[in-house]
Parts: sequence; structure tokens; C-alpha cells
Amino acid sequence: MTAALSRDQMAWRAAQDLADGAYVNLGLGMPVLAASYAPDDRDIFFQSENGILGVGPLPAEGQGDRELVDAGSRVVTLRDGAAVFDSAASFAMIRGGHVDITILGAFQVAANGDLANWDAQVPNKGPLIGGAMDLAAGAKAVHVIMRHQTGDGGARLVEACTYPLTAAGIVKRVYTDLAVLDVGPDGFMVREIIPGLSRDDLAAATAAPLTFADDCRDLFAPDISVNKD
Amino acid sequence: MIDKRVDDLSTALRGLQSGASLMISGFGNAGIPANLVRALAPMGLSDLTLIINAIRRIDECDATLFDQKRIGHVVTTAFRGPGRTPANFEEQWQRGEVTLDIVPQGTFAERIRAGGAGIPAFYTPTAAGTSLAEGREQRLFGGRMCVLEEALRADFALLRAQKADRYGNLFFRGTQSNFGSAMATAADITVVEVEEISEHTLPPDQVHLPGIYVDRVLQAPRLD
Repeated sequence: MTAALSRDQMAWRAAQDLADGAYVNLGLGMPVLAASYAPDDRDIFFQSENGILGVGPLPAEGQGDRELVDAGSRVVTLRDGAAVFDSAASFAMIRGGHVDITILGAFQVAANGDLANWDAQVPNKGPLIGGAMDLAAGAKAVHVIMRHQTGDGGARLVEACTYPLTAAGIVKRVYTDLAVLDVGPDGFMVREIIPGLSRDDLAAATAAPLTFADDCRDLFAPDISVNKD
Repeated sequence: MIDKRVDDLSTALRGLQSGASLMISGFGNAGIPANLVRALAPMGLSDLTLIINAIRRIDECDATLFDQKRIGHVVTTAFRGPGRTPANFEEQWQRGEVTLDIVPQGTFAERIRAGGAGIPAFYTPTAAGTSLAEGREQRLFGGRMCVLEEALRADFALLRAQKADRYGNLFFRGTQSNFGSAMATAADITVVEVEEISEHTLPPDQVHLPGIYVDRVLQAPRLD
């Protein structure tokens, strides 16, 4: 039985790698779902680049302070021990290498760690960068959550990005709906692969060479039927 | 005697002229000076430069600014309207009626901070190796390529805060500060709309932005 992971399952898997005590910035889209799936026994601070260290759960519908929002412009709460600050201080925190991990979405990741996630070259629409370039350049580690292929079956893990780069050579790990891969000096190394998918099938869905870790194992994620976000 | 309180929008924006540059605070719906923004279009100005994190917030606040073609140049991190259909400002940009300086958000914040701190330019690794760095001055520091970025200043900065006193000292709520604190330092005239002007001066250890950076404060309720 081959079942690709859902969005929430990908986010769950990425969240399992967040260490106790980590300071983490989550990008918009799938990455921000990971906040709901961090193991309860780990003390993790989520940074939001508009000026929060310690984002808490979303408030109940209609509750919360409209002057307290996260980087996705959602009204949020603060956790115990949180702090708020201005954008220049926030990006000094990011650029200064104080954030342990940023998890970002992407259009493409290349075998040399290049990241393309800001310009999908949509016709008639203006450019949108936001904080992605600063996060990619500044965080101690850059992890990516994205589907392994595009909607029409094109590869997103590639030899060289064809979309404009966000940053060069910085992605360390990629979580897809088919596999978990590390990006190292020898390109993509598969750490985990979903049960029932052959290595050849994974290679066929990827436009760059794959190596498989000696201890490559099944990619497991629990059945998450309700979106906790 | 210092008293930076003003009573109405026209006094708050006095001296703003066509061709001026404006920094406008706000992230999401936090810290948006919506009263001040909505007072701009009726002033009949043209060729304004807007320096703002996400331009769609201006359109949501008062679409007539672009409808009436009052904006000539935009410095922003996000020049995109919602949905797939191009917004009015995206069409004006494509026709060349509005010019654009698209900037990574951390670089945007730091260019403004530098502008207020007397630093004319700085190097940052952000955007190195990307199309934004093409044709720009770059240099290696510690083995890492960095891009030279110039400071930003403006004629006016428009902010929203929770509380002010007559000295212009500001207290921000939640994530209201965002770009506003830096913008206030980098503009010739800083105008702040606040929920409340305090009867008493703010306690010194609760002043988030000192009044030296603020020229005018106006009490105005939050608009949605």
C-alpha cells in the first residue's frame, strides 16, 4: 500500500525533528502547521518574523487581540515566556544566526542546497519576497517541506533550480510526501521513504541523483484525520 | 513647552506635498495607521513614494490611492494583490506607471533602521547569489558573499501605536511596533495615530519609542 503523506503528516514529520529548547521559525503554508505537531514534552519557542518569540496557539474564534498577529497575519496568542519586539530587532535575531531552524515551503530544491521559494513567475502578478531570503540566509539550519512533485508530475527536487533562487546552498533537509532527504556534499541522500514505494519509483519522481542512507527506513506518520490547526 | 498632540488629520499631515516619500508602518492588520492613510487621497497629491512592507494593505485601507494614480514609486517586500487577477497596482506597475524597488523583508527593516541611525549603507548576506544581487556591489566577508544595501529615509513616517503622551513617547501593543519603530527614526516628520493619549506622561520604563523620534500624535480609534 503506497500512500503519500498529507500536508499535516508532512508537517508532523518535520516537527518530530525539532529539539527540546529549539528556537524555530515556521514559514507560511505547510510549515506553520508543524507548530501543532511538536511533541508535547519539548519546550520549543516559535519565532514570527514580524516580532514575536514564543507564538502560542490560535485563540478561539472571535477571541484574541487584533494587534497581535503572526507572520501569516493571523491573530495569535503568546506562550509563557514570550516576548514581542520590532521588525528590525526580529531580523537582527534571524540574520544574526540566533534562530536554530527555519522550516520553509519551496517550489524547488536543488542537489547543491539551492532554494527557490519566492517567485513562481505567475503572469500578471507582482513580486513577493517577504522574509524568506533573510530566513534562508540567517537561520542556523534550513529545512523544507514541499510535495515531491508538482501537480502535473514535474520534479521539485532538481539538479539546478529553474525558478529564481531565494538563497544558494543552504537547505539541509527536505520533507516531502514521499521521503525525507538530507542535502549534503553528495547531493540528496534519502533517509526515509514511504512504505510500498520502490527506490526506483522515488528516483523516477526526482530530477537529481539519489543516494540511500545505509539505515534508510520507512517514513512513518500517524493518521491525522483532523487538522489541528 | 513641548506638546506634540494635534487635534485633526489635516494638522497631522500638514506639509505633505506631491512628490513626497512616506514610510507607513503595519504588518497584517497590526500597527496600520488607517486613519492617516485614508486622509491622503483627499489631499489631491501625486507622485508619492510609498515605503511599506506589503502594498496590499494600502489597497485594503484605501483603494482610491491607486485608482486615482497618486502613487509613483513603491519600496516594498510584497507587491502582490490577493487572488489570481492582477490588482490595480499590479497593472499600473506592468504599464510602467508605478516603479518598484522589491526588497527582502529583513533588508527592508535594516535599510530603514540604518537610515535612522546614520549608517549610509551596509553589507548583508541576504539575497547574495539571487537575481536581486545582479548588478549590485558585492563583497566577500569571512568567505561569505554579501550585498551592499543603502539606507532608506523618507519625508514622512505614518505609524499607529496604542498610547502616547504629549512628549510623543510611544507605547505599542502586541505586534503593533513592527516597522514603525525604525520608520519613526528615518523620517523627517513622524506622525503617529494612537488609541489613547495618556493624561499622564508614560512611565519611562514603559516607553517603547522615545518622543525625540515623534513629531505629531493624534488620537484616533482603530479602523478595520
